[in-house]
Amino acid sequence: MADRLTASRVRSAWLFLTPMLVVLALVAAWPLVRTIWLSFTDANLLSMEKAKFVGLENFKGEYGLLHDKLWWTSVKNTLWFTFFTVTIETVLGMTVALVLNKEFPGRGLIRAAVLVPWAIPTVVSAKMWSWMLNDQFGILNHIGVQLGLLHAPLAWTADPDLLMASVVMVDVWKTTPFMALLILAGLQMLPKECYEAAQVDGVHPVKVFFKVTLPLIRPALMVAIIFRALDAIRIFDLIYVLTGTREPSMTMSVYARQQLIEFQQVGYGSAASTLLFFIVALLTVLYIVIGRVKLGGD
Amino acid sequence: MTGKVAARKGLFYLLVIAIIFYTLFPFYYAILSSLKTGTELFSVDYFPVTWNLGNYVSVFRDNPFATNIWNSVLVSFSTVALSLFLGLTAAFALARIKFRGRSLLLLTILGVSMFPQVAVLSGMFQMIRSLGLYNHLPGLVLAYMIFTLPFTVWVLTTFMRELPKELEEAAIMDGASSWTILTRVFMPLMWPALVTTGLLAFIAAWNEFLFALTFTLTNDERTVPVGIALMSGASTHEIPWGNIMAASVMVTLPLVVLVLIFQRRIVSGLTAGAVKG
Repeated sequence: MADRLTASRVRSAWLFLTPMLVVLALVAAWPLVRTIWLSFTDANLLSMEKAKFVGLENFKGEYGLLHDKLWWTSVKNTLWFTFFTVTIETVLGMTVALVLNKEFPGRGLIRAAVLVPWAIPTVVSAKMWSWMLNDQFGILNHIGVQLGLLHAPLAWTADPDLLMASVVMVDVWKTTPFMALLILAGLQMLPKECYEAAQVDGVHPVKVFFKVTLPLIRPALMVAIIFRALDAIRIFDLIYVLTGTREPSMTMSVYARQQLIEFQQVGYGSAASTLLFFIVALLTVLYIVIGRVKLGGD
Repeated sequence: MTGKVAARKGLFYLLVIAIIFYTLFPFYYAILSSLKTGTELFSVDYFPVTWNLGNYVSVFRDNPFATNIWNSVLVSFSTVALSLFLGLTAAFALARIKFRGRSLLLLTILGVSMFPQVAVLSGMFQMIRSLGLYNHLPGLVLAYMIFTLPFTVWVLTTFMRELPKELEEAAIMDGASSWTILTRVFMPLMWPALVTTGLLAFIAAWNEFLFALTFTLTNDERTVPVGIALMSGASTHEIPWGNIMAASVMVTLPLVVLVLIFQRRIVSGLTAGAVKG
């Protein structure tokens, strides 16, 4: 009786799972397999069905990815972008999280305020900032010149030397909230006793932070950092809208899409996509191992 | 001593004000700019000088913006409905029934949520085209499942796992089918989690850009983010900033209101996937 019941429950489990699994297979597994396959072909956007197998030509060939300077520039840009945004976001996010972790009147209000940049569509925040960064009429140049920080207005989204800095600035604004919330969740799980003990002993708050808080939330912090890094590596929207497909701010995603759609070289673009996928996959494994994600509860 | 405490308190509130200013000023400035027309736009002001709603009219006149909004509404609501239905049934199986391969399945789903969208772009493009969905809104809904489904399943599973066992035991004794248990016993308790995940899926679908840009071709099928990104003036050098700011404010205000109402739920939903696992 009990066995029959279990068997019928397991059967219904698979029945319940099937619709979700079919959709995931259709939108995740199959496109991924196709993309990897296409990276070994000379497929063109207009005649994808006539693609011929070319082996590793797209990767190692004379005109392959590994010999393309622009590809390596975009790899370098992506790493540069990831390193700087994640570092700045961690420091700022930690500050915000520490503030939100305190109880004070109006805390709910500032938590809501912090969520606003996160909720704003990336395209919209790119447009809002590109208006604020406008070389002639932008408020940032205006403030900078008035305060004497800038000698002359800067062309934030036109000057090749400033493109990446602008992108980092906007991304930090947009994603620090998310970082802060992840760190806050970690902070709120800490035992209160440690702090009370430290307070009684009259330890300086800065010392408490470095000696007690930081070591205790390190696991949560590491997970948050990797989570953010994975997101930063695939950045596309912000750069595409803020600075376009220009070399100084070209990232791997921007590069891959340009090859795929604008240049219609599906095989070659798929090769770039595939490399990006494996980089992210490697980091994901790292995330799961470090995060020691609780699975299935058994 | 008290002076020191007061100074510390003052510094703390200064920091609070700085945070609020930093997070809200860009949006405030967008609202401010959207209310200015003509040459007023080219002078920097910190407070509203005029309350001119001209941009809010012209953005609909100069662009297919109403169509864009309607498309976004259709795509976002369909995405939420589909991912909640698929997520809820899958979460029931994953959270309440023990079977072999369950952990591996959860791990795979978590892995999919990390997929960079670009990594599947060409395969997805081919699939959408072969299904005849290129430049059609259902194609976008289907494509969006790749990022809404994993976290919907994940969050709903986490939530459903916490519900007490006794709930369904009585129902099983009465011979209720799994479907009855899910819809009659669990559904009524799941509303908080459904609201949270539905909201996150809605925001993700409403904001999505890469797929919407790649899988649509004509203005009739474009969603809001693509519409705003491609807004241009009479000449390429003449960017219609007033219109863009008005459009930005209009598509963001509903989101800001949702965030204000549901902030607690959003925070718990966002962190459920990452920190607590």
